[in-house]
This record gives sequence, C-alpha cells and structure tokens, in this order.
Amino acid sequence: MYNEKVMQAFQNPKNVGEIENASGVGTVGNASCGDIMQISLKIENDIIVDAKFKTFGCAAAIATSSTATDMIIGMTVEEALKVTNKKVIECLGGLPSQKIHCSVLAEEAIKKAIDDYLAKKNA
Amino acid sequence: MKPIYFDHAATTPVCKEALEKMLPYFSDVFGNPNSQHAFGRESAKAVDGARDSIAKIINCKPNELYFTAGGTESDNWALRGVAHAYKDKGNHIVISPIEHAAMIVTAKELKKEGFDVDFMKVDEYGFVDLDHLKSIVKKGTIFVGCMLANNEVGTIEPIKEIAEIAHSVGAICFTDAVQAAGVLKIDVKDLGVDLMSMSSHKIYGPKGVGALYIRNGVKVQSILTGGHQERTKRGGTTNVAGIVGFATAFEIADKEMQKNFEYVSSLRDHFIDRVLSEVSFVKLNGPRENRLPANADFSFKFIEGESILFSLDLAGICVSSGSACSSGSLEPSHVLLSLGLPEELAHGSIRFSFGKHNTIEEVDYAVDTIKTAVSRLREMSPLFKSEGEIKYV
Repeated sequence: MYNEKVMQAFQNPKNVGEIENASGVGTVGNASCGDIMQISLKIENDIIVDAKFKTFGCAAAIATSSTATDMIIGMTVEEALKVTNKKVIECLGGLPSQKIHCSVLAEEAIKKAIDDYLAKKNA
Repeated sequence: MKPIYFDHAATTPVCKEALEKMLPYFSDVFGNPNSQHAFGRESAKAVDGARDSIAKIINCKPNELYFTAGGTESDNWALRGVAHAYKDKGNHIVISPIEHAAMIVTAKELKKEGFDVDFMKVDEYGFVDLDHLKSIVKKGTIFVGCMLANNEVGTIEPIKEIAEIAHSVGAICFTDAVQAAGVLKIDVKDLGVDLMSMSSHKIYGPKGVGALYIRNGVKVQSILTGGHQERTKRGGTTNVAGIVGFATAFEIADKEMQKNFEYVSSLRDHFIDRVLSEVSFVKLNGPRENRLPANADFSFKFIEGESILFSLDLAGICVSSGSACSSGSLEPSHVLLSLGLPEELAHGSIRFSFGKHNTIEEVDYAVDTIKTAVSRLREMSPLFKSEGEIKYV
C-alpha cells in the first residue's frame, strides 16, 4: 500500500526530536484518533533554521512528519505557511487515500508552530 | 532471511495432504455433484465423504452440515436466516460485542429491518457476563450468538452455559467456531448449540470454503437461493475440491489436536512471558487461561499499531494490528474497546498468532526485534516523554 519513498521515510525518518527553547511548537491530533503530531521550530530572522518532530501515529504519519519538517528547513516563515499537504504528498510520491489526513496533520502542525512563534514574537 | 509468519488467525498455508487430495478434483474428477451421470456421481461421492468426515469430528449427523464459502457466509446465513425464519415468534436478537464483523454488521442491517439487537457484556478479558445475559434474554428473544473463541484476543467463551441461557427462553443458540474448530475439541451435542460456523483456511485448508452446522429441526431461511445444492438450502455449484481439502485439513487438525495445542501454546507462553518481562509499558489483551493456544495480543503503550506492524514487517515478521490505521477504518478494534481499553491503547495493539510450523528461534528473534522496534517508535512519540510513567503506571 505504501510506496518505497514513504517506507524509506518511515524507516529512516529525519528530524526526530524536540528543539529545546523552540521558537514555536505546534501539536495537533489526539490519541483517540490514533495520530498526534508535534513539530518544534527554531526560527532566526523569520527563517526556519531547524525543525524537529515527535509523532504518535502510523507509518504514513511518521513519513509525512519527516518529509514536512525537511521541506521547511531553510524556508522563511511566509514560505513555510504556504506548504500544503498536497506538496508533502507530492514530495513522498503519493499516499494511499485513507492516509491523506496524515499529510493534513503535518500541514496543520507547521501552521500551529508558526502561529505559536508569531504570537510569542508579537507578545 | 525467510519472512516469519505469525498471522495464523488471519489464514494458514494449505497443508500438503489437503492439497494432494484436492488436486484430482480440479480437472480429472470435475463433474458437477448435482449431475446424475457418472462424472457427477464421482464428485458427489467425494462431497458426501467430506461431509461424513466433518460430521463425525463435531458429532453431528451429515445432513446437519451445510457447506458454504466460509466463515462470513456461515455467520451471515445463521443470523439472517434465523431472524427471518423466526420473525413471527419474536424480534429480539442478542450477540456478544466481540463478534466478527460478519455478525456485527449483519446485526446492524437487521436492526434497520426492525429487529431489536442487544449486546452481551464482556469483562476486561473478553469473557461473557452470564448473569447479564440472563437478565437481557426474554420471551421474544429468537437468536443468541457468541463466538466459541475470539479471533483477536483468543478468549474461549462459556458456550455451553450461554446455550442453556438461550434455550431457557426458547431462543436459537449460535456459535462462531471459525477460530476454534480444529483447534479445540468440539462436540456440538455436548455444547448444546443449534448452529455453528466453521472455516477451512484457519486450519491449513483452502480458502473460500467453510460450513454451517444446523441442528435438525432448526429453521434457517436461505440467503443464497437458486439451485438444489445442499438439500436446496444453499444454492451455488458445489466447491468440490475446496470441500475435499477442508475435510482433509479438518481430519488432520483433529488427529494432531493435542500435539499442536501443546506445541503452539508452549511457543505462545514463552513469547508472552518474555514480552511481559522484557518490554516496558505493555499490556496483554485477553486472558492467560482459557485462551486459544496460538493467540497473543499486546498493546504497546505510547505508540501506534500500524507503525509497529510495518517496523516488524521490515524486519521480516508478519503480524496484524487492531489499530484503525491498518484496517482502513477510523475506529480501532471494536473488540479491544469492548474489553474497556482506552482508544490509544486499542490503537497500539498487535496480534501475534502462531502456527505448528513456527519455531522457538523465530519467537525469540521476534521478541528481540519487538524490543528494538518499540523503543525506536517510542523515541519518536510525543506521548512517551510527556506522559511517561505518570499516566500509565
């Protein structure tokens, strides 16, 4: 059901962990649905210099977490806000239809982490 | 390395004896058993022989045994067939909450038709609460159904007592013995059930064939109408080779029952003991006693079942999961939820089901692999650190 790219990202995920004193953290999903995704960002001058994730979820959730965090490192905050779940799916070479929600979670987690950063910045 | 198969509750390989017995019935002895001529008679003889053989094993009359396409058809037929045949007598149906989807979904369909469906209560190990069952059956209960042994957590149910309770109000008692037939000694007369589902491919027989025992005198409306097969109760050209393979596999399973039970349960017990002592934050689902010999089901806390399944698959170990993600549905296993597990634990469940060809070395390799896979996934889990020892101790 999963393609090789997805399995590869699941088997050797990048950016696992939590950033200490992160500029922004976003957690989405809940355990009763079977998916929780937490993304933490280190942002300097509105540029994402590091991104890490921790995910409770299926192979697709872990693969999308890895890919999504990898995509946004080096992006400006503005660019990262434009990363859609479709782009994450494209980057993974496709996901089974019942796993699309995992990529939506990744998009939401990034947005939430950036919102957290912006809220702190503007506070 | 050859993949290790620990999913025997899903299906088993066809044993050599069954395969060899089946082969002539594809092209040499190909007649339709319903045909009157020599070709037909030879096929009919094979089907009769298979029926006699299975009937003898479960202690029923050959004419009480109806071949079907497998467990799902037998379950559907039993429940729908009784509901429709006895609807003038009552409309109350009682089943356990841990039945196979073939029963649960069929019961929901019957509810739409106006039948009143109630569920038994089960305890944390999956055992039916008999006092509760006594309190919900009534005049007007036409069907009481419960698995002989559960496919996910292996719980062996007190069917004899359930049958007595069903009969005390004049209801028909059904049991789904798909996981139990060929594994546990079954005598339908002693159990006291009126209907029983069986399947071939769980006991080293071919897929696509099973049977329904219908005690003589019990009315069951047909769901497959058409030809005169199975004494006009189940239309459809007879699956001769499949039936021959089923009977052969059943005979072998019956002959080897004690030996297989002891061997497979020794593998399973070694596995459970090692996992419980070497993996932290793990819960065995189902009981230690009165459990199918092949079954072990664990919830690994803080992580999700499908990711465990694929981690093990990548290491060459094939298992199944009660997580929603692996089944394509949104809900985790209804069986685990019925046992009272919180959703996150139900999502983190893995079923291991052993077989007669598995070895202790495979079991040990699996435990070692599980330890690595589980700790890798926990490293990635946001629940592990934040809730760690606090929430689940």
